[in-house]
Amino acid sequence: MSRTSSPSIEAVNLSKRYGSFTALSNLSLKIEGSKCVGFLGPNGAGKTTTLKIFTDMIRASEGKALINGVDVHLNKKQALGSVGALIESPEIYPALTPREALSMIAEIRGLPRAEARKKIEAIVTEVKMNEWLDKKVGKFSKGMKQRINIAAALLSDPEVIMLDEPTTGLDPRGQSEVRDIVKDLKKKNRLVFMSSHLLNEVQEICDEVAMIDHGKLLVYDKLSNVTSRFSGDGSNVVEIELSREIDDQSVNKNIASMGGVSSVERVDPRKIRIHFTGGMQNQESLLQDLAAMKIGMISFRPTASALEDTYLSLIKDTL
Amino acid sequence: MTQPNSPTVKALKERILPSSVSQVGTITKYELVNYFRSRRFYVLLVIGLIISGLLTGLVGYYRPIGFLDSTLDFYYNWWGMSIPFVIILSGIFYGGDSISGEFQNKTGYFLVGNPLRRSSIYIGKWLAALIASTIMVGIFVAITIGNGIYYFGFNVPYQLWESLGFALLYLVAVLGFTFFFSSLFKSSSMSILVTVILFLFGFMLIEALITGFAQIEPWFVITYGAGIITNVLKDPYPVTQTLRPGGRGETIFAVTIPEGIAILLGYFVITAVLGLILFERKEFT
Repeated sequence: MSRTSSPSIEAVNLSKRYGSFTALSNLSLKIEGSKCVGFLGPNGAGKTTTLKIFTDMIRASEGKALINGVDVHLNKKQALGSVGALIESPEIYPALTPREALSMIAEIRGLPRAEARKKIEAIVTEVKMNEWLDKKVGKFSKGMKQRINIAAALLSDPEVIMLDEPTTGLDPRGQSEVRDIVKDLKKKNRLVFMSSHLLNEVQEICDEVAMIDHGKLLVYDKLSNVTSRFSGDGSNVVEIELSREIDDQSVNKNIASMGGVSSVERVDPRKIRIHFTGGMQNQESLLQDLAAMKIGMISFRPTASALEDTYLSLIKDTL
Repeated sequence: MTQPNSPTVKALKERILPSSVSQVGTITKYELVNYFRSRRFYVLLVIGLIISGLLTGLVGYYRPIGFLDSTLDFYYNWWGMSIPFVIILSGIFYGGDSISGEFQNKTGYFLVGNPLRRSSIYIGKWLAALIASTIMVGIFVAITIGNGIYYFGFNVPYQLWESLGFALLYLVAVLGFTFFFSSLFKSSSMSILVTVILFLFGFMLIEALITGFAQIEPWFVITYGAGIITNVLKDPYPVTQTLRPGGRGETIFAVTIPEGIAILLGYFVITAVLGLILFERKEFT
């Protein structure tokens, strides 16, 4: 089995059938390099099924799941040695404390004891659970358990991270913190493969997106390419907020005439929504141009509309 | 921006995973921690102490002849009659939902996605159940011997140690069996219920029906094999005999020590292998 130098996961004609129901149909997908890939699709599309096959929780009916070139089914230990996974929302033995549960994972993964102790304290601090390190997990809320699950997935500094709706059960602050953690992982040269229902979350943190429906891969490409190819008018949307009211001339003439801008709408006197075509470069120049206007811009936030348009145009049913 | 061959990533690739044996030890260790902090460990401990306390009180107060006739009679009646029940309870408490609970409670999702074989999880959990159950058996044998010393002095018959050895073998077989049923079902209550019915009623009923009506030696019933735990405390060791009350032959079967060992080992090996195969193939759907 060949070993690639950069982290990779590959599904080769992956299928999963439960009797007459096909959960996954000939999925072929290769993701390589340090990036975050969002895995989108409606309920029952096959997202979790795919992730479960990659983590040996279920077996493929046909095809192969390779991690760094190693077949998960044939050599699970080697394949998952470099993987941290959070699939669904696992429960932790209720009588254990987070320190003990994470020590168990550290021992399973072969972290030296001293290193494990430091890493546990660091990762638990990162997920904001340091005050609960020595309390029994059985008393934790769903969100607190999910934070420990995230810590467990990241404990051994895996080069491939698979996350199945990681922000499930978390409060808005928790969701934001998880997004920050994933962004940091990208900086540390990790490959993150993340399923999510939250399109804005994917848009915010992912570089690429794979969409799946009825067990079939619909598209896999860079986020900007996907949105420009499939969204209704191919446009992206940003919302800007201002510290003072903006006049009509600035909206209708100055902003509307900027490069790539297809339309501008005023949401309220201090908020406008700008539709523009093109990818990241156009977004960057738009931001620069708006800043140069000195109109009191206090936020510039891409919305999920483009990705939402894409999603809605590709995926017709919810089940 | 990306540096796939950065020292950190390279170091990660070179990290050596512990052996499967070492991972079994890890699972066993933390499963035991979980047991010792759980209510069920103390419930079983209390049940064991209640059984011992009742026996201590009843024998001390009524001084039954059957118990106090001889040292061997004492251990036969005290230990031989109670320990199979203690073992079955341990099997149900520790093995009943050990594997099925991983599915029903979703704790399996925390472990299975890690780089370790499922067999390591199965064996680790089985060893933890064996250790916890052995502690129960140890407490019961200590109380038994304490009472024996009170009535008969330090003259502990060697047959008790043989019986203890067979009891531990029975424990191994019972846990193999309960883990098999635990692997068969995804529902904890179902696996516990089936185990309870089989061990507390099923096997004994099958044994009684087969010997009573078909007059066949029930060599395929685990509780028949466990008969060596009590038989060894009888002097002389009982043998199979045919009685003819009123001209009609009736055979009373007595399992021999080699037969008993073979039955218990057979149960353990077959159920352990089947249970492991089931767990390996079971999906976390």
